[in-house]
Amino acid sequence: MKENVVIIGGGPSGIEAARRIRNFGYTPILIEKELRLGGHLAQWDRLFPEGVYAKEVLQTLLSDMDGIKWFTDVQILTINRLKDTYVIKLTNGISVQSKAVLITTGFQLFQAEKKEEYGYGIYNHVITNADLERYFQNRKDSRIDDPKVIGFVHCVGSRDEKAGNRQCSKVCCATAVKQACEIKQLYPDATVYCFYMDLRMFGRRYEDMYLEAQQKYGIRFIRGRVSEVSENHEGRLVVKAEDTLFGRPLRLSMDLLVLMSGIVSSHQSQELAKMIKLPVGEDGFFLPQNTILEPCKSQKQGIFFAGACTGPKTIPESLSEARAAAVAINDYFNTMTE
Amino acid sequence: MIFQGKQKIWSDYQKDIPDDHYFYVRSCIRQNFFPASEQTFLDIVHNRLGKDFYETPHHTTCGGIAYHGEAIPQETVMTIIARQFALMTESGYENYVCSCITSFGLYTETMDDWRNFPELEAKIREDLWKACRREFKVPKYLAHASDVIYKFRNEIAERAKFRLVNKETGEPLRVVEHIGCHYSKMFPSKGIGGAEYPYVLAGMIESWGGEVIDYPERRHCCGFGFRQYLVKANRGYSISNTYKKFESMEPYKPDMIITNCPGCPFFMDRWQYVIAEQTGKTYGENGYGIPVFTYEEVAGLVLGYNPWDLGLQIHQVAVEPLLDKIGIPYDKADKYKGKNGKLLRVPEYPMNIKCC
Repeated sequence: MKENVVIIGGGPSGIEAARRIRNFGYTPILIEKELRLGGHLAQWDRLFPEGVYAKEVLQTLLSDMDGIKWFTDVQILTINRLKDTYVIKLTNGISVQSKAVLITTGFQLFQAEKKEEYGYGIYNHVITNADLERYFQNRKDSRIDDPKVIGFVHCVGSRDEKAGNRQCSKVCCATAVKQACEIKQLYPDATVYCFYMDLRMFGRRYEDMYLEAQQKYGIRFIRGRVSEVSENHEGRLVVKAEDTLFGRPLRLSMDLLVLMSGIVSSHQSQELAKMIKLPVGEDGFFLPQNTILEPCKSQKQGIFFAGACTGPKTIPESLSEARAAAVAINDYFNTMTE
Repeated sequence: MIFQGKQKIWSDYQKDIPDDHYFYVRSCIRQNFFPASEQTFLDIVHNRLGKDFYETPHHTTCGGIAYHGEAIPQETVMTIIARQFALMTESGYENYVCSCITSFGLYTETMDDWRNFPELEAKIREDLWKACRREFKVPKYLAHASDVIYKFRNEIAERAKFRLVNKETGEPLRVVEHIGCHYSKMFPSKGIGGAEYPYVLAGMIESWGGEVIDYPERRHCCGFGFRQYLVKANRGYSISNTYKKFESMEPYKPDMIITNCPGCPFFMDRWQYVIAEQTGKTYGENGYGIPVFTYEEVAGLVLGYNPWDLGLQIHQVAVEPLLDKIGIPYDKADKYKGKNGKLLRVPEYPMNIKCC
């Protein structure tokens, strides 16, 4: 009989891990809390740096799901370990058993309304990076009305001790540059500003994307944080910021402000951490056994990690880690049978 | 503007305010700027709301102006505060209410410091004992006096003789609310509504019939800013701040401004005269300024107090056009009469800002 492997979280890491685990000859059981598989990828339009459509990536991942069982709209009620087996009770009344559990619970975006000074949910033309991706997908959002001046605020709720998140969200800089170029494609006459602390263009071709944003699209990069946002009597946004390179304060009227909500640990990760007593870091993300040598192994036997549940990652990084986790799980079963 | 978004924030930043039995401390500068406000507050809470507010003539300044003007160190201001707390303790009260926003900020900061650094509190206790042989309990509850009026705003509305409504049109008056910087910018959770969208004055305006204006420079300093004004050479900064605020609120055509800080009504009122003298520009209707009130004065107006008993003749900007708009009666002849009925000196009229 094939061994079960329970995978908690049906985002790209969970799907890719399920496929690889199946290829090793096990039966993956994928558990997803949302109504459909795909995680944040399903809600994103295009991916940096080349602008590949997220939908195509997800379709490719989902095109080969033979031999994989999955439940959607389901949450974990309890996880108990009996000898070397985990018994997992689900909210749909089903219990599943597995000697190996892979956690791929990903991340959630920082709630932008917590940065009250930026006025998300207060002022009509303040949106988030996720809202903008939805707009790119369906072109429907009453808050976006032929904007002439657009701003992007980097690091909203990340690298921000006041917000309780010291960590860098890693992918927001590249996402902001990508989105700035995309909105410029839609509104070529618009003036687009990016307010940044540092531009962390760490990946291959990211620097090219940044240069293209300046040279081809004329995006104006301002090193400094936005201090407050308000609305004038015409309903336009009034954005106060500081240009730290020029050493002077700025006040700009804008038609749209996009907040780059940072990546924080998901609620599901936090619940699981309490349920299984898994250690998490100060940033709320799971702590692997060894961040360099064993990033996919937890500190508990039979529990593995992949993707952004151990910290912010790009899609390719999450997929690579999912494959590595499949190998680690296969090794784990092989060790058990020796 | 998404009103529900603000309501959500307001519901997140509420605080419990005791129903009764407060130890009240006055502001050191308000009695010079707007002398009737504190008396009106005490009259409202004692005689209209029937609350127990105790004050002692032995209390002093909190030391805030000297502290923020960098004239005295933190330990000194903490010892002054410790003495105020000792007076409260000796009087048998636990709920401390201050009239001044600077004091409220300082008390909040001091109590927070003592929570985080108990050794500092121990040192201040020792210093106070050495200085005047007094001991104190930290207040169980700290409120600003505007918190108290906010708490009883609906009771005041029930007893109101006038509402913040234009009697001719029936439209709500357009009201700018200006919150003192030290109310909640340092400790957002200590202020009703938090730091970015405070509700303490907005709640009063809503209860009393007015409409709150949100304008781009709403959060900006009134212009006092301590060293901006206290250092004479910096006074250009002070008036520039005030000017920026008035330029920002002008398109909304506000009928009035309501404040909860000692400095704010003074600077927003007096600088309108200076701006008019310097630039010829006025911000109210028909060459008048925009009248600026303390929240106690506005509470007094809606409760039907005589405007001259509220000290509104002390304002630089004429209040009569607003009184007429609401329909509040007043006797012009009494404006500059003292309590004994004798005429005090009548001020000179300015060049550019119209006065009654």
